[in-house]
Amino acid sequence: MHQITLNNLTLGYEQHPAIHHLTGVFKAGSMTAIVGPNGSGKSTLLKGITGSLPPLGGSIDRGSLKTNQIAYLPQLMEIDRNFPISVLDVVILGLWRSIGMFGGMKKALWKKTDEALQTVGLAGFESRPISDLSGGQFQRVMFARMLLQESPVVVLDEPFTSIDSQTTLDLFEVIKRWHAENRTIIAVLHDFNQVRAYFPQTLLLARELIGWGETERILVDENLQRSRRMSEAWDESAPICLEDGE
Amino acid sequence: MMHLYDIFFSPFTEFIFMRHALVACFALAIGCAPVGMLLILRRMSLMGDALSHAVLPGAALGYLASGLSLYAMTIGGIIVGLTVALLAGAVARVTALREDASFAALYLISLALGVLIISMRGSSVDLIHVLFGTILAVDNPALILVASITTVTLFSMALIYRPLIVECFDPGYLRSIGGYGAAMHFIFLVLVVLNLVAGFTALGTLMAVGMLMLPAASGNFWAKQFWSASLAAAIIAMVSSYAGLLFSFYMNFPSGPSIILTSGIFYVFSVVFGKHGSLFSRHKAGRHLTG
Repeated sequence: MHQITLNNLTLGYEQHPAIHHLTGVFKAGSMTAIVGPNGSGKSTLLKGITGSLPPLGGSIDRGSLKTNQIAYLPQLMEIDRNFPISVLDVVILGLWRSIGMFGGMKKALWKKTDEALQTVGLAGFESRPISDLSGGQFQRVMFARMLLQESPVVVLDEPFTSIDSQTTLDLFEVIKRWHAENRTIIAVLHDFNQVRAYFPQTLLLARELIGWGETERILVDENLQRSRRMSEAWDESAPICLEDGE
Repeated sequence: MMHLYDIFFSPFTEFIFMRHALVACFALAIGCAPVGMLLILRRMSLMGDALSHAVLPGAALGYLASGLSLYAMTIGGIIVGLTVALLAGAVARVTALREDASFAALYLISLALGVLIISMRGSSVDLIHVLFGTILAVDNPALILVASITTVTLFSMALIYRPLIVECFDPGYLRSIGGYGAAMHFIFLVLVVLNLVAGFTALGTLMAVGMLMLPAASGNFWAKQFWSASLAAAIIAMVSSYAGLLFSFYMNFPSGPSIILTSGIFYVFSVVFGKHGSLFSRHKAGRHLTG
């Protein structure tokens, strides 16, 4: 089982912190929602956790977990949806760790693939090009791919923004299943109702930690008020932060 | 019937240089189709063009060193092409300049250098040969070279197909699973340069990129998957080569522009009447399906 520990973590771009001195633990098998206003550093934190953004200060301890074992769903806009590729081909990419660059598909893998497509409700869509899909259907494809990745840690960046309610419900079933299988789940969300309904843990960010713990304790008016007062702009002449004591 | 046969086939049965040129173009068509398709998908269409210009000083130096020797020009072209591709990539990564701008800057320098070298020592006839190619230059060694490059291209594409496709459709995913995105990008650039160089004996440095881009751009209008669109592109390129060569034979036109213009006709046809995303398919008025 894998837990992810943040030690006095600072993440940012060109020396300006987007997240400042964050400490805490995503326990193995926990299910945490990350919430906060726009520009509060939610996506930045996910990039840090998945290893694509090295910390400016502090550290992330992933134990024996390698970054390529983390299933990561970025925001939709980062993907070329007009690319001429079929649903099946995209979903099978989830098996990369089994088949690698050159390997072929074995019978058991085809079966897994069929099951994944079934689970997200896309059976029969195999040969459709992804350019024909709606936003919701495409998100189902992404979830099918993550199902095949069978990662111990699943990281989702706003998975349900501009997704209709039926698709959201269906895909939450998948997330619940992952949770039942004891995988660690970290998701950035904007809808507090969804967070309250599904996520036992919440991390409230506003470029620094506002609160981290059980959802009903964190999502209270006082905390939300505080998160809204966050300063969004970079201070070009900000002095060097000495809190690390380095 | 005999008359038609004479028109369409006898140039190739009677003249060995026509046969050579046709086979070389067919090989070129097969190799260039998937590479060109990927250039389009990676939004690098104009970079192919830039690289084709950048190859010129290499070809010119080879030409100066040993006349119209295919191997000297090819090796020169490959070296300079790769140097420009690598330098442009490096400048884009190390500085704030974007990749397209750094490519444009370097290819212009390279092109000017190439024209200077040729004008210093050669005649303008030589310049025309290097720029537009000459069909008589496709001898046995040239044929073997083109066929080898096509073989290498197809095998490399087959080998790195999966990561290459993922890299252009979802680079973040390839990074997240630890694929070798930068390495794939580099191998792909090598393939682009190789195919440009393969094209320049028959088509010339200026026209070689035409074989890469025009059939691929047309193929996109006929199929929605990478492999099927590439197949369409290869077929279009082959038909254009055949028709273009016939045309140049009868009208006494240079072969390069004839072949590229023929594929240009296919391109215009595809833009207007293609199956997917063409003018025609987008404006079929008054018809819709039941579901």
